[in-house]
Amino acid sequence: MKLNKFWPIIAALFLVGIAFTMVVDNEYYFYAAYAVMQLMIMGIAWNILGGFTGYVNFGSGGFFAVGAYTTVFLHRAFDAPPLLIAVLVAPIVSGLIGLGVGYFTLRLKGVYFAIATLAVAIILETIVVNWEYVGGAGGYYLLIPEDVVFFDSYIEWLFVLILAITLIAIIVSRYLNSSKIGQGLAAIRDDELAAECMGVPTLKLKLISTTVMGGLMGAAGAPFPYFITFVEPASAFNLLVAVMAIAVPMIGGTASWIGPVIGGLLLGTIQETVTVNISSELNLLIVGVVLVGFISLAPQGITGLYQDFIHFIRKRRKGNG
Amino acid sequence: MTELFINAVVSGLLLGGFYAAVALGLSIVFGRLDIVNIAHPAFVIIGSYVTFYVNENFGLDPIVASFLFLPLFFLFGIGMYRFYYVCFERTGQESLTGLAYFFGIMFIIEVLLILVYGVDYRNVQAPYIGETLWINDWVPLGNFKVSLPYRMLVPFIVASAVTGGVYLYLSKTFMGRAILAVSQDRIALQLMGADPIKVKQWAFGIAIATAAIAGALLIVIHPVEPSVGRLYIGRVFAIVILGGMGSVSGTFFAALMIGIAETLISTFIGPSWAPAAAYGILLVTLAVRPQGLFGRG
Repeated sequence: MKLNKFWPIIAALFLVGIAFTMVVDNEYYFYAAYAVMQLMIMGIAWNILGGFTGYVNFGSGGFFAVGAYTTVFLHRAFDAPPLLIAVLVAPIVSGLIGLGVGYFTLRLKGVYFAIATLAVAIILETIVVNWEYVGGAGGYYLLIPEDVVFFDSYIEWLFVLILAITLIAIIVSRYLNSSKIGQGLAAIRDDELAAECMGVPTLKLKLISTTVMGGLMGAAGAPFPYFITFVEPASAFNLLVAVMAIAVPMIGGTASWIGPVIGGLLLGTIQETVTVNISSELNLLIVGVVLVGFISLAPQGITGLYQDFIHFIRKRRKGNG
Repeated sequence: MTELFINAVVSGLLLGGFYAAVALGLSIVFGRLDIVNIAHPAFVIIGSYVTFYVNENFGLDPIVASFLFLPLFFLFGIGMYRFYYVCFERTGQESLTGLAYFFGIMFIIEVLLILVYGVDYRNVQAPYIGETLWINDWVPLGNFKVSLPYRMLVPFIVASAVTGGVYLYLSKTFMGRAILAVSQDRIALQLMGADPIKVKQWAFGIAIATAAIAGALLIVIHPVEPSVGRLYIGRVFAIVILGGMGSVSGTFFAALMIGIAETLISTFIGPSWAPAAAYGILLVTLAVRPQGLFGRG
């Protein structure tokens, strides 16, 4: 995508979203779109660390849940403040946790890092299970505010909110991908030792990467309690979140910022269609099969396939002309 | 207090023995072959369901049943490795995508089991489940009462025997030494005229075969549902890393340690804190001594 087209498209998407809330009445579409965009944000967030930097993170569920539980905590502590405050606070909390986790685990290489992130997620879950203030193992109910300003219903407001978060995530991810930081991250992914020797500040870049990942993951989790109105550790810390967050970029392609956007759109749409029309178990099976299929057959994802295709066409043209 | 403590340590020891059986296969695959089989606990759950099926329909003892299925699991493991090799190892991109691949496999296994058996807990019938051995009947301990439930004791004994067997196999036989060699120097092994791929697939087969036994032990110890395997992922990786990556004896002792740590925490602090024990120990180990407690170097 050309630079000059990017910003108008982002603005247009946001306006279309607003217009959508005015035209469409059926609430199902907002729920479905919310789910797809939540998935997309998770994919984008995972990809910043996993795709750009090459560090596999199994603890996505942990960061997502930190976002969700920040909302729960604020809800309890300050007698249901506006959601917007939670959405602003949650990324800071989860980003800081990301920074802390990164600081402790990033000197571990590859696999060890992946397992350490899993460990962090389980430890966070154990803490939340034992923390009665935010509901403990039993979970926490939230009442959706009755009066909504500007929008017809609360889900429309959630929809616009998550749309804004998604667009911000895309902007951040694109910036990290195409800026000097992105080049540094790619250098770390390809050969960390060589990057370090060439003067790339690897630790600093990796810390930026984990912090942004944590922050975006938390931002995806922040509106989640209002979306389902009941949070429990088992659902917020679900391993499913981690699987989804990995599947989205793997399907779309991990090398560039557009990959998880395409992957999220595709996987999210498949999921919503299958869940509604067939069953939710089958939906999970499809996610697993699509993930494994893409990893084994097309490790570069859809964007990789597309590039191969373009390459192929050009070659043929050259051959003919 | 002392009685509680001794009982906690004893039951932790028994639990740890079972953990060793679960970690054994991963110790070979992750520690020696460098394949991050995060789906190993899921294979263990398959083992549980296979033994459940045999026990339910033919009334066979679950552990005996799992031994009958060893060849099948072995072949399954070989097939898994073949596929893994063709898709990832050959192209040299196993680290990131291989990890995600096994993550996906784990997920598929879990969902398939849910589709077939549902999310209900399943258990097996065996004469020793529910019986308890009281140490007091054999050794005069004064006022202390120390109990060994057979449903923990039998898995402990089987797990110790299997660990011992694998240990002897890896250190005494030609193939076992070849597996050790492939983890140390693959090129040298090739120069000696052995095919590393064949050695690796053999090792992978053995690892998956041990998952069948571990699965039987698991369903003897407590009822199983498809997603139980998740609880073991971090735990077994913690054990393998603590045990020093691929050292069978190290893995066994690390497993006993984690088992004791968990029961102590669950006795004196609370059962809901126990899952964090293994992960806490793992994080500290990774930060302080990444080569593991029993690792070299």
